[in-house]
Amino acid sequence: METKKLFLVHNQLSKLLSSLNQSGYQCIGPQVKDGVIVYDVLNDVRQLPWGVRDLQAPGKYRLDKTANPENAFGWANGAQAIKPLTFKSEETLWKVTRDENGQLAFKSIDPEAKPVAIIGARPCDLAAMLIMDKVFIEGAYKDVRYQARREKLFTVVVNCTAPSANCFCVGANGDVRAKDHFDLAMTELEDGFVVEVGSDAGQSIIEKLSLQPAAIEQIQTADQRLEAAAQSQTKKLPKGDLKEKLFNNLDSEKWNEIAKRCLSCTNCTQVCPTCFCHSEGDVPALDGASSEHKRLWDSCFTEGHSRLHSEVVRDDTAKRYRQWLIHKLGTWADQFGTSGCVGCGRCITWCPVGIDITEEAAALCSEQEKSK
Amino acid sequence: MFDPYLQHEAEIIERIQETDDIFTIKLRFTDPEFNKAYSFHPGQFNMLYLYGVGEVAISIVSDPTEHEMYSHTIRVVGRMTKGLSKLKEGERIGVRGPFGRGWPVEEAQGKDVVFVTGGLGCAPVVAGINYVVQRRSEYGKLKILQGIKQPSDLIYQDRYDAWRKQPDTEVLLSADKGGENWVWRTGFVTSCIEGLDIDPANSIGMTCGPEPMMRIAALALAKKGLAENDIYLSMERNMHCGIGHCGHCQFGSAFICKDGPVFPFAEIKDLICKPGF
Repeated sequence: METKKLFLVHNQLSKLLSSLNQSGYQCIGPQVKDGVIVYDVLNDVRQLPWGVRDLQAPGKYRLDKTANPENAFGWANGAQAIKPLTFKSEETLWKVTRDENGQLAFKSIDPEAKPVAIIGARPCDLAAMLIMDKVFIEGAYKDVRYQARREKLFTVVVNCTAPSANCFCVGANGDVRAKDHFDLAMTELEDGFVVEVGSDAGQSIIEKLSLQPAAIEQIQTADQRLEAAAQSQTKKLPKGDLKEKLFNNLDSEKWNEIAKRCLSCTNCTQVCPTCFCHSEGDVPALDGASSEHKRLWDSCFTEGHSRLHSEVVRDDTAKRYRQWLIHKLGTWADQFGTSGCVGCGRCITWCPVGIDITEEAAALCSEQEKSK
Repeated sequence: MFDPYLQHEAEIIERIQETDDIFTIKLRFTDPEFNKAYSFHPGQFNMLYLYGVGEVAISIVSDPTEHEMYSHTIRVVGRMTKGLSKLKEGERIGVRGPFGRGWPVEEAQGKDVVFVTGGLGCAPVVAGINYVVQRRSEYGKLKILQGIKQPSDLIYQDRYDAWRKQPDTEVLLSADKGGENWVWRTGFVTSCIEGLDIDPANSIGMTCGPEPMMRIAALALAKKGLAENDIYLSMERNMHCGIGHCGHCQFGSAFICKDGPVFPFAEIKDLICKPGF
């Protein structure tokens, strides 16, 4: 496989798009909509968020202009990562019809699995997708829908040169630079991108562009930008065995204190790129002849999530926040051999009251230090 | 590709009304090949689908060697079970499964076996008891402890009588509050454990019922000398998918649907009965 780094000048981006389109991929990329960066169908590189940066703080998200209108990736992230591309927020799993004799016929609904190329996934988004792979396709049971979409996804990661104030990928054992599991990875400079090829599929796309090798100075500049980006992050998760530390504090008064602020609104779980909880339910047709069995993203912050017959196991916000945090940072590792947090900072930004996972985790873990 | 979310049509071959609110349905997949290939382990569950309504996790009570049919004993507690209770013989439902880890009936061979159950007709443990009774000579002493709140809650009298007639088998019934005609024990069923004549080093305990009762039973069995890994509990949570994807049935690090529902006490003792888990 080609490992030499290449250089793609900004005006060659549209060639990348055409190359992907010609290979049968629908391109999805970042663009500004309603004051937020979202991923949507990308037909033209002019749709990209040129000269835009995001200002994030706990409970705050604003877009602003950057000093450099020639850059398309001078921002950190939007509310939603690339999770919906593989794990739909709502989808029909199967359909059942009932004939006049009461006989039932179940039919699996094939996922719409068109080849999709995501342009500008962040390293944290990619890390999150690798975690979702463990949930949906690397265990004993495979979700055929997730798998079909995942196998047809072409990932162009754009490494992160402009983390937001809420980003902490480095402090969550991640990095602003994707190391592997991508098709293409690019780092944006003033006039273009240093490009790395990560797969055969990536190679076949990039071959058509006849790119020049990246100059040593360009590679060095990219490295410096990424180093500076990593250094700029101030938030981080506590070090050590977080499961042990959090489980030692299951009865802490801190949970009740957080619950006084937490609205149990589920925003954090809906924007989290690794939250996989979903509920299943039926939508019967009005004529009674058929019914669709659907799944829908769910959240551990809802009452229904832990309902058992007539009881609710987690009957208050303190228990729900505790479940979310000890799962994300603790029990996740037992289940999937990795943390459930990639440090994207979305749960901090999109929390209406600005609850900061890094601060709460640090406070809970330091309680344990005190009690030792 | 195999889709573990997909339901398969099954016919209700027989329906038995056990009590006012408990019924048993015997099922068979309508696809004969599929029915033939279907097998399960005692203590596992199926996701039953009621047309147009949804799915519910229900444990399988029949013997795994009964290949013609499999059965579920269901208590009417909610929307799904109420709907299922109204179905008649010949009607169709969806079934997918089996899922989860069942009772350690193979590991228990040659050992004394203690079943402790509380509440009304606890179906998961009945599957375990029937399995051992059907293969009585392969096991050591058999102790069946059933706890109920009050004498009027006692159902399945004939079942206890039949079990009691098995060789080297003791059935202990205990009501929290006795009454005039109550000839069995009075008190919590877990208080029967201390006096059991078993070889603790060579025994397996299996319990099913309300979590506080299971916890006390497990602690009493441990006190009796059983290793915490030889005491098994059947847990229950809000399962939607049955395959560890939907997240609802998490219990600490475990997904009850795929890591359980049957757990050795050692694995869950720290969290059982802890509010919020």
